[in-house]
Amino acid sequence: MSSIPVIAQSAGPGAARWAARRRGRATGGANRRPGWVTYAILAVVLLIAVYPLYYTLQLASSDAVSIARNPIPSLVPEGNLFANIAEVLGGRVPFGKAFVNSMIISVSAAVSVVAFSTLAGFSFAKLRYRGRGPLLVFVIATMAVPTQLGIVPMFILFTELGWANNLIGVIVPAMVSAFGVFWMTQYLDQALPYELIEAARVDGASMIRTFWHVALPAARPAAAMLGLFTFVQHWVAFFWPFIILTSNNPTLPMAVQLLQANYFTDYSLVMAGVLVTTFPLLILFVVAGRQLVSGIMAGAVKG
Amino acid sequence: MSVITPRPPTAQRPREATARRMGFRQRMGRWDVKVSPYLYISPFFILFAVVGAFPLLYTAFVSVHEWNLLGGQGEFVGLTNYRDVFAQPTFLKAIGNTFSIFALSSVPQVIAALALAAVLNANLRAKTFWRMGVLLPFIVAPVAVGLIFGRLFADDSGLVNALLTQVGLEPLGWHSDRLTSHIAIATMVNFRWTGYNTLIFLAAMQAVPQELYEAAIIDGAGRLRQFFSVTVPQLRPTIIFVIITATIGGLQIFDEPRLFDDQGLGGPSRNWMTVAMYMYDVGWGNQKNFGRAAAIAWLLFLIIIVVALVNFLVSRRIATSDSPRGAARLLARGSGDAGRTPAADATRPTTASKET
Repeated sequence: MSSIPVIAQSAGPGAARWAARRRGRATGGANRRPGWVTYAILAVVLLIAVYPLYYTLQLASSDAVSIARNPIPSLVPEGNLFANIAEVLGGRVPFGKAFVNSMIISVSAAVSVVAFSTLAGFSFAKLRYRGRGPLLVFVIATMAVPTQLGIVPMFILFTELGWANNLIGVIVPAMVSAFGVFWMTQYLDQALPYELIEAARVDGASMIRTFWHVALPAARPAAAMLGLFTFVQHWVAFFWPFIILTSNNPTLPMAVQLLQANYFTDYSLVMAGVLVTTFPLLILFVVAGRQLVSGIMAGAVKG
Repeated sequence: MSVITPRPPTAQRPREATARRMGFRQRMGRWDVKVSPYLYISPFFILFAVVGAFPLLYTAFVSVHEWNLLGGQGEFVGLTNYRDVFAQPTFLKAIGNTFSIFALSSVPQVIAALALAAVLNANLRAKTFWRMGVLLPFIVAPVAVGLIFGRLFADDSGLVNALLTQVGLEPLGWHSDRLTSHIAIATMVNFRWTGYNTLIFLAAMQAVPQELYEAAIIDGAGRLRQFFSVTVPQLRPTIIFVIITATIGGLQIFDEPRLFDDQGLGGPSRNWMTVAMYMYDVGWGNQKNFGRAAAIAWLLFLIIIVVALVNFLVSRRIATSDSPRGAARLLARGSGDAGRTPAADATRPTTASKET
């Protein structure tokens, strides 16, 4: 008696899936739901993406002795996590200062890049003037120039200007980005109708008022993504801050490097530092990762 | 505009009154229109001049002088710095290391990203979740990646070697052998960048016109055949873009290998010292020789240009030899221009230029 509904149940969705698969094959597979193999592959990829972070958590919650004894960490984190984090934060490496520095640098870079890129993007996308085309090509061409190569003279110049070991020395090179200008130009070109600009002009708005009240609101989604991207980029940046700043005025990646130099024997502390550095971005990613993903995807089609 | 906002006739008079006083404002307005566009793009150009163009050119100037971190500019020495750099066995080793790490990272990375994008391109449930998962490593700082993998690949008590011994294999010298250390470092780069490139490929894949696939299916192409004969040729501009960016970034690699051990000098015998690490060591390490560091920077710049160019030509050929004509034929047979996205149109100029 009970076997009838079971058969009906198993046949129902199965048949539907089968029919959907056939339909999918007939329409070129565009709407076809993928099978479990696809999800299995993705699950493995996800595991590879997540595991190193989990490994960090495991080591950070452990201690030097147990790390040395068990190369394969237990699956469940041990209990020393908060003690290790507290020891790292209270230790010789100025993590609090590094956090504030990284925050200042990343926020100012994001704000400045968004502001200047939107301004330039508005100009390139919607205003007509002599030399516009070649100038835009020049901006795009600068993306191919590896800025890291100019560090020797930049260091000399910034030392002359008194910007060495000063956050200004990190912020100024981060204030504009060719990618940002290009990105905003592309976006505003499509997202901002000429009619809106003309309407504002007819109403007697100056250029900058037009920018502020018409272009900037239209640019908001792209600006959010650019800001997010720039923030991440400067939060993880190491090379230039490492050169221009000193160890008592570090950024977070520098602080982590200093931990390694100080505590290389106790990896639980080093990994606690890694966790402290990564955690803020992890939160940001959970909150705004969707935007970051769609931003990279959108940028890619045009780039 | 008057159509949209019809004004009552009474509004006519005050408007004329203000129009008479507009002389100065009008002139200001014209000036505004003329100058503003340049004003808005000027921040980029001014800052680029200071932190981009000037340093690059000045690097050349520094590289032909005696120049010390502490002493500053010395006398003109011509190409001596370049000759000295080439005479250093460490420099040549660093170049070898950089290329080895670059090759080990970029090739598998592009292939893996392409394959992964193809998987993600299916009509998945919870799309955003999978995409975010793939991108997650991108937010881990390279320095942190260097430390995490430095630990995973530790020679004596690392997880990877422990697992190898568990399955009965010999533990590998991830820090002591040259090639294995390069593989470990390339793994870090791949960990951080594969997902990012996957999303770029995925975006391009979604712009491939659906009728190309339909035509391929009618021609009897299987899924693999579709991938190689339709997807890959259509993705050509994106593939080239990814390879060029990977070249520029990959040849400058510094953070990950620097943090691979606690010394930051590429191991006891400089087995994984890259050119960027060597440049840092010469300029800010023991020698404090800015002239030589600048010479290294310029040499690296030239190498990057040459490699990027070679990559560009090679990737053009590779993507073209995969029966682009098949794709072109399919395109011609497809249902005309209807339904083609602007993004797909953007790829067309490059498709046309390959014929020339």
